Amino acid sequence: MAEQNINRETGIIYAINGPVIKGKKMSSFKMREMVTVGAKQLIGEVIVLEGDIGTIQVYEETEGLKAGEVIISTGQPLSLKLGPGLLKNMFDGIQRPLQKIQELSPIFIPEGIGLLSIDEKKRWDTTITVKPGDILSAGSIFGLVQETEVIENRLLVPPNVSGTIVEIVENGCYTIDDVLVKIRDEKDAIHELKMAQVWPVRTPRPNAWRGETLVPLVTGQRVIDIFFPIAKGGTAAIPGGFGTGKTMTQHQLAKWSDADIIVYIGCGERGNEMTEVIEDFPKLIDPQSGKSIMERTVLIANTSNMPVAAREASIYTGVTIAEYYRDMGYAVALMADSTSRWAEALREISGRLEEMPAEEGYPAYLPSRIAEFYERAGSVETLGGGEGSITIIGAVSPAGGDFSEPVTENTKRFVNVFLALDKSLAYARHYPAINWLESYSGYIKILTDWYEDNVAEDCIDLRNKMLELLFQENKLLEMVMLVGEDVLPDDQRWILEIAKIIKVGYLQQNAYNKEDTYVPLKKQYAMLKAIEYLYEKGREGLKLGIPTSQLKNADIFSEFIKMKYTVPNDDLSGIDRLKEEIDSFYETLFERYTN
Amino acid sequence: MKKEYLKIDKVVGPLIQVSEVDDVFYGESVDILDISSGKIKKGKVIKIEAENVVIQVFQNTTGLAAGNSIIKFTGESFKLPMSLDLQGRIFNGIGEPIDNGSAIFSAIEANINGRPINPMSREYPRNYIQTGISSIDTLATLIRGQKLPIFSGNGLPHNELAAQIVRQAQLGDNTGEEFGVVFAAIGVKHDDEKFFRKSFSEANIMDHVVMFVNYADDPIAERITTPRCALTAAEYLAFEKNMHILVVMTDMTSYCEALREISSAREEVPSRKGYPGYMYSDLASLYERAGMLKNSSGSITFLPILTMPNDDITHPIPDLTGYITEGQIVLGRDLFQQSIYPPVSILPSLSRLMKDGIGEGFTREDHAEVTNQLFASYSKVQEVRDLSQIIGEEELSPTDKKYMAFGRAFEATFLNQGFDESRSIIESLDLGWRLLAILPLTELDRLSPENIEKYFSKES
Ligand SMILES: Nc1ncnc2c1ncn2[C@@H]1O[C@H](COP(=O)(O)OP(=O)(O)O)[C@@H](O)[C@H]1O
Ligand SMILES: [Mg+2]
Repeated sequence: MAEQNINRETGIIYAINGPVIKGKKMSSFKMREMVTVGAKQLIGEVIVLEGDIGTIQVYEETEGLKAGEVIISTGQPLSLKLGPGLLKNMFDGIQRPLQKIQELSPIFIPEGIGLLSIDEKKRWDTTITVKPGDILSAGSIFGLVQETEVIENRLLVPPNVSGTIVEIVENGCYTIDDVLVKIRDEKDAIHELKMAQVWPVRTPRPNAWRGETLVPLVTGQRVIDIFFPIAKGGTAAIPGGFGTGKTMTQHQLAKWSDADIIVYIGCGERGNEMTEVIEDFPKLIDPQSGKSIMERTVLIANTSNMPVAAREASIYTGVTIAEYYRDMGYAVALMADSTSRWAEALREISGRLEEMPAEEGYPAYLPSRIAEFYERAGSVETLGGGEGSITIIGAVSPAGGDFSEPVTENTKRFVNVFLALDKSLAYARHYPAINWLESYSGYIKILTDWYEDNVAEDCIDLRNKMLELLFQENKLLEMVMLVGEDVLPDDQRWILEIAKIIKVGYLQQNAYNKEDTYVPLKKQYAMLKAIEYLYEKGREGLKLGIPTSQLKNADIFSEFIKMKYTVPNDDLSGIDRLKEEIDSFYETLFERYTN
Repeated sequence: MKKEYLKIDKVVGPLIQVSEVDDVFYGESVDILDISSGKIKKGKVIKIEAENVVIQVFQNTTGLAAGNSIIKFTGESFKLPMSLDLQGRIFNGIGEPIDNGSAIFSAIEANINGRPINPMSREYPRNYIQTGISSIDTLATLIRGQKLPIFSGNGLPHNELAAQIVRQAQLGDNTGEEFGVVFAAIGVKHDDEKFFRKSFSEANIMDHVVMFVNYADDPIAERITTPRCALTAAEYLAFEKNMHILVVMTDMTSYCEALREISSAREEVPSRKGYPGYMYSDLASLYERAGMLKNSSGSITFLPILTMPNDDITHPIPDLTGYITEGQIVLGRDLFQQSIYPPVSILPSLSRLMKDGIGEGFTREDHAEVTNQLFASYSKVQEVRDLSQIIGEEELSPTDKKYMAFGRAFEATFLNQGFDESRSIIESLDLGWRLLAILPLTELDRLSPENIEKYFSKES
């Protein structure tokens, strides 16, 4: 990028209204161009151009700006610097490293710190994997850098560049801005390849081909993996009122899902939640790699008290970083908590622009923005010929907890998994408070083969059967609320008893318990299979005319409810023993009734 | 030398428009001299459009008109002098003393808007504060550095509860750490303010209290600055002077109503119920000022109080608050009508930070389980009560009857306690076990065998 010889245009501020300012003499500026604003050189982006007048959203606090101060063009759209040094770090909404900012200002985030990005001084041990004369196409790999203990950064030819190698450097330590490879394109122009590349946040990075993965994102959370699975490359939304468990669920996914890379965007939420991630993640061990989960994580933080325009940008920053790792051939999972705050940022900026509002003050383009964001998920063949994916999981914070508001409704149109959090479950401390009647996964069909091959032949059938039981329970409970439980026939009461085990012993999963916080698929299946076993045993008993009160053995029931804690994740023999106990108990019981 | 302007173009509610202005900055503090009364009113630039400037006036704008006022731009943002001498003093909503004491002088001046705390600079809060109130300590434990609002309703005893927490909370620990209270009254009745002042002096802590008071009959626009002044003082005392500060703020509903009124004077597009679309960010710019820092040993624990219009928790004010704060303590009218004090409605109440501050080494190893079990059982009580409404209590199954008994005993002895009664966390947990013993052991599925062995048999 030839940053030095840009003709810098200047405009003059004439109006200031919160994060939105207007400038005059801006006819030679470009739409979506990044600019610096005022004496403090705040970072902003041109969002409207009308003749001489430009409107700019400013990513920093605007207090202190005056009419008459200058606006300077940068000649570039708002862009990210993509290279090693993203992982294990936390950035603000426009990719400025919060650690660096803290070194400049120990407590509070000041304005006017300029454009910082990933570390430009750090030297990375680099292996060049190509030689002069090789032909490099866009997206192919020319070198390798061990970015963290678990992630190898594959140095990619930028999407818009290709040619024949004319020069390479020796293997050794280089910074992200050192020229590593020079290539000559068809028009005889020389391109310099560096570790880092610059990419505009609002433009999706290209890929060769969009496919469909038939593999789930394994999360270790029973209600998700078994009941409402998310496919790698898929999309999911987690809507819920405050305190229902959106953040906890997102944190659990970031901690335990089997993606290669996690991009976690704290979008307009609490500062302490990001601090918690920074403190906790380095201590948690990824069951796949055996290393700290921080080694594969990038954090983006625009907390609720940080400038609102940068909240709008944070979503794009996150997804662009996700695409960068996808292009290296990784399976990336992106969590955004919460997409509603992003939508509200859109609304606030739109309001300051005095645009015509559509529903509840949101701009008319809200649905298309939501769609564009989720469309950046997917499994792809990369330009370099590899396979990569981005799974997007967005939390939604509906006003008043009411799912009929615009952000939830429009999100529902564009995602395939809907994990509906329920206030009454949360009130009863049934966590995760994912309502099994309202939630759905559109991936069951395409993932069935995978589950049959990798978990158990009957895994999805079992899931369907148990879900059906929960639906039946719901109907029965409605009846109980009218007439009491006593009048139900025994087979229906047995359903209620088993449903209770499914709810308390299976669907409830305690994120704070060491054994229960993450559960391998094998145990998830074995637990549910055992519950089915108990259910069927009881039904045999019912056929013999044994009443539910006799079929329900308090000890066995209590063991079922506690098996998530008592059966270790790596030793499922406890579940077999439980089945033996069932056998011996019912054998004796049945004998009494048959004789 | 800053210019002075004599001409006001327009007055709309708390806003005035001035034209042909130059060299002012966004957020600049403004002094407006009302010539007829000789009084200076304070304001702030909230919009600049070429040479036209909109100023939000923090005091009453009645009487302000073209020709009778002088507008002076101060060249400064809205700042307050900061000093330890703030303690024991009473100020109005723009930080002027109203206790006949002298003005505060200090070389240190802080912008009342504050700046966002870098998440890297925060220290995650982990130490619990014993309030002596069973429902809070056991089920929604307050953590030092937490922002935990009280969601109340008109006429409910939120002031009494807040005062009791201030009185009983052991804020400083034995290491001689200093504590203080910053109290902000926003649009409150004189009686309410008096109540708090009285309870602070009865607790003998008046010397450690900084008060910012905006009465119900004070100007609306001053409600916008009141919490900001208070939090600026709190930040200074906590983060510069390493004190443990408890900020009590009442009533956030008046604050939000003021925000709405100003927004409508600005003719902004409203979102739900007429409140501005930026209310979430605006509230966050207050609530997020609570917390702890890595490089300071002080803390800001924040207890805002709000009254839910029509007791509706989905109303934008409690709703947006709950989305920002680290939990909430909800008061219920039904409990209040049964004369239960404090009427803490436990099911919707939540402390998001308690998980790291309870259990072994903090409170007691059984705490999390007792909490979970009490929540689960009490939520079952609600179901059983609904059922008994329909079929009658006599028709309930034996187990359900026990739930009815548990529910009554829980409310009468666990929730209910005296204004001056302070229970230790251990007493509260033991009481929890005694109440759970009313239920059959088979119903207690959140308790581990070890804890049942240790605590249950002993009690029952
Ligand atoms: N899986 C879980 N296990 C244990 N506790 C949970 C779980 N999910 C939620 N919680 C509890 O619910 C509280 C609120 O969850 P949180 O994710 O912060 O809600 P939200 O983001 O929807 O406001 C947490 O502080 C925690 O106490
Ligand atoms: Mg959350």
